[in-house]
Amino acid sequence: MGEYIIEMLNITKDFPGIRANDNISLQLKKGEIHALLGENGAGKSTLMSILFGLYKPDAGRILKNGKEVNINDPNDANRLGIGMVHQHFKLVHNFTVLENIILGVETTERGVLKMGAARDKVVELSERYGLKVEPDLLISDITVGMQQRVEILKMLYRDNEILIFDEPTAVLTPQEIEELMLVMRGMADEGKSILFITHKLEEIKKVADRCTVLRKGKMVATVPVATTTVEEMAEMMVGRKMRFTIDKDEVSLGKPVLSVDNLCVKGAHEKNAVNNVSFDVHEGEIVCIVGIDGNGQSELAYAIAGLMDVASGSIKFMGEDISRATVRTRNDLGLAHIPEDRYKYGLVLDFDLQQNLALKNYYAPELQNRGFINYPAVREQADMLIEKFDIRSAQGADTMARSMSGGNQQKAIIAREINADPKLLIAVQPTRGLDVGAMMYIHEQLLQQRKEGKAILLISLELDEVFQLSDRILVIYEGNIVAQLAAKDATPQLLGLYMAGSKGESA
Amino acid sequence: MNKIKKWLLSISPSLIAILSGVFAGFIIMLISNPANAFSGLIVILKGGWNSGMKGVGQVLYFATPIILTGLSVGFAFKTGMFNIGASGQLVVGALASIYVGINWTFLPGHLHWIVAMLMGTLAGMVWGMLVGLLKAYRNVNEVISAIMLNYIGMYGVNYLIKSSNSMYDILRNQTANVAASAAIPKAGLDNIFYNLIGKFKDVSSVNAGIIIAVVVAIIIHILLNRTTFGYELKACGHNRYASQYAGVNENRAIILSMAIAGALSGMAGALMFLAPPSGMHIHVQEVLAPQGFNGIAVALLGLSHPIGIIFAALFIAHITVGGGYLQSLRYMREIIDIIIGLIIYFSAFSLLMRNIVLRATRKRKQYAGEEEAGV
Repeated sequence: MGEYIIEMLNITKDFPGIRANDNISLQLKKGEIHALLGENGAGKSTLMSILFGLYKPDAGRILKNGKEVNINDPNDANRLGIGMVHQHFKLVHNFTVLENIILGVETTERGVLKMGAARDKVVELSERYGLKVEPDLLISDITVGMQQRVEILKMLYRDNEILIFDEPTAVLTPQEIEELMLVMRGMADEGKSILFITHKLEEIKKVADRCTVLRKGKMVATVPVATTTVEEMAEMMVGRKMRFTIDKDEVSLGKPVLSVDNLCVKGAHEKNAVNNVSFDVHEGEIVCIVGIDGNGQSELAYAIAGLMDVASGSIKFMGEDISRATVRTRNDLGLAHIPEDRYKYGLVLDFDLQQNLALKNYYAPELQNRGFINYPAVREQADMLIEKFDIRSAQGADTMARSMSGGNQQKAIIAREINADPKLLIAVQPTRGLDVGAMMYIHEQLLQQRKEGKAILLISLELDEVFQLSDRILVIYEGNIVAQLAAKDATPQLLGLYMAGSKGESA
Repeated sequence: MNKIKKWLLSISPSLIAILSGVFAGFIIMLISNPANAFSGLIVILKGGWNSGMKGVGQVLYFATPIILTGLSVGFAFKTGMFNIGASGQLVVGALASIYVGINWTFLPGHLHWIVAMLMGTLAGMVWGMLVGLLKAYRNVNEVISAIMLNYIGMYGVNYLIKSSNSMYDILRNQTANVAASAAIPKAGLDNIFYNLIGKFKDVSSVNAGIIIAVVVAIIIHILLNRTTFGYELKACGHNRYASQYAGVNENRAIILSMAIAGALSGMAGALMFLAPPSGMHIHVQEVLAPQGFNGIAVALLGLSHPIGIIFAALFIAHITVGGGYLQSLRYMREIIDIIIGLIIYFSAFSLLMRNIVLRATRKRKQYAGEEEAGV
């Protein structure tokens, strides 16, 4: 055997109503980068959670160096040398980098912390693997990229040999991704074994040695990356041939629908979250705001939708100033909003689907009569939207929103917002967490709206999505629009530079 | 068939809670007076039926205010607020209705008790609305302001009674009798709920209040489930962010829901005290009205559903009346109060615990689901 450092054999895990992992086997060689590919809901995270001791498998065995092991909790995993960089970092924000790295494995002498040795080790590791960090800065003061490096150093500090990366590139700029790939390669060359969870095929192609593909909880295959094409991997992942691009018709621009002028929005701290931002969105145009998460794009969307107060500047909608208008007024004027956080804003999870689909128009004449809701009409509207937008759920209109899958929840929100026949559609990360099929569907819907002459403001963190959909791209960095480009003039590299704040200060 | 199954499933937690509450009460009876514990349990479970139709009438009479305070708490629950201030709203409403009941004798016939009841409702509404206003415009936690208003209400009412010539019965240290025209009519219920002792008709205290309470419960049910207003309130209660997003005026929803909750408690106070001489009076003592707190138990047990609340209130009234008869088995009054209190609160809190556990597991599941979805 010897060849494999970790083997997960015939793993099966059931959740109520769903088999998340069905007889999956995964064998990780020492010193390789092994990609785990699958759509959302394919069972990647469940499998990794089992390896990390967060879940117990219902069946199957885990071997380390050929010997069977029991992993009951993350501490067991840690003892076996398994470390994980979670998609959402697990860092203490008011601790320094160094304190975070040693947290849990502090070296002490008679109960007093000994930081000196720890610092030396951290510095040594960060130089050896090219992981630049500032040990004494607070986590809250460093960039997301550096936070990720801290997470990686945490694993290395614990001498972990098996490193799990859960969608590590989602929060990075193209340049940072490049850097991460180099670091991963370096670690593999030093003998670390890496499991790399992702659904981005180019990244696998670039860095991984082998790739295990999962689909709907089942294992499709483990293939060597060098001899497999991107198209083949994609087909294994979704189970059918895929189109990668969708056709975009030429649409002529109409008059401006949204005009944002010198808009400022207060942030949590003294700094403005959105600072002197100005732009227009015209009929038949998709304007996309790109930036690294947390650079003010969320606040910008909330301010336009009326969920956050405007500090100064103005928002004009079809020529009318709506900077101080209520949410209801904006909605009635024709502003639709696919919110960033569908659990927080987009849905009332304890309402059923039909009530959620009526969330924006329950008070409209067609759904109510003298204050009484016309429930047959609500149901009719729901059935119509379910049919038209192919929203799948267990009990149709009566399904509780909470029990629906993420993709269908998002479809429901989009159905509701498009159904309002808006003039402006604000879509904030509309495909976050969705599988490829649902993503394509939503992209098609957005392009359809564009074709119908709607103005669309898209805020996205996925550059692929941005290039696929947008007509114009604005880059936001620390609340300022630092670049404004026509989509055809933009390249990922160029956007990356703007997004990282290393280029341009003028808009 | 499916519908019946679903319904049974939905009320089963309440039934289990009641059983565990009764069991807990039984244990106290075993400890305090083991010889009579079993017959004592029978007495409690027989409730009003221990003394025939009059007893049943008493159950309805006791149920009346707690249906309304239960609705008050349950209604606020539905809109995401915890109305612990039912007690204060009740006593303020009671005082207003007693004031009208004693002093506004110029009102003719039925108008007198109706106006008295409405004034009580209005006073409770103001008291509840204060909580809503503080929450909406000053972001004061409703539990804190409601508890304070409970005491302000209780002491304020005591002060007003004592300083009033017309309302204060100084001999009994309680409020004076309201005028006969201000009493809630019997509406024929006295011809159903009585016991015959020889030729003498021993009539129960029940009056049209129970009918009013049930009608109000149905109105609240319709308001919550059929109107746009109810839809908005529930949306606020389930997810205030989503309701903001939908353009619901959240402050208005908070204020109105607390105003309605207060009105319901105020009406409870009116219906309790607008009774003929044999009925209740406000005693000038430093005790918060227990009906307000029982409303919390009723709302929990009734799963905040208006119709469920009617039955929960009937159950609690049934147990309370049954407990009264325990004295015949030589249980001390205090022990009876403990037993009854235990049954009520054990029932309610076992339900609360269940909800907390459910929510925790659901959260965990949701978290797992999110991990899976890679959000």
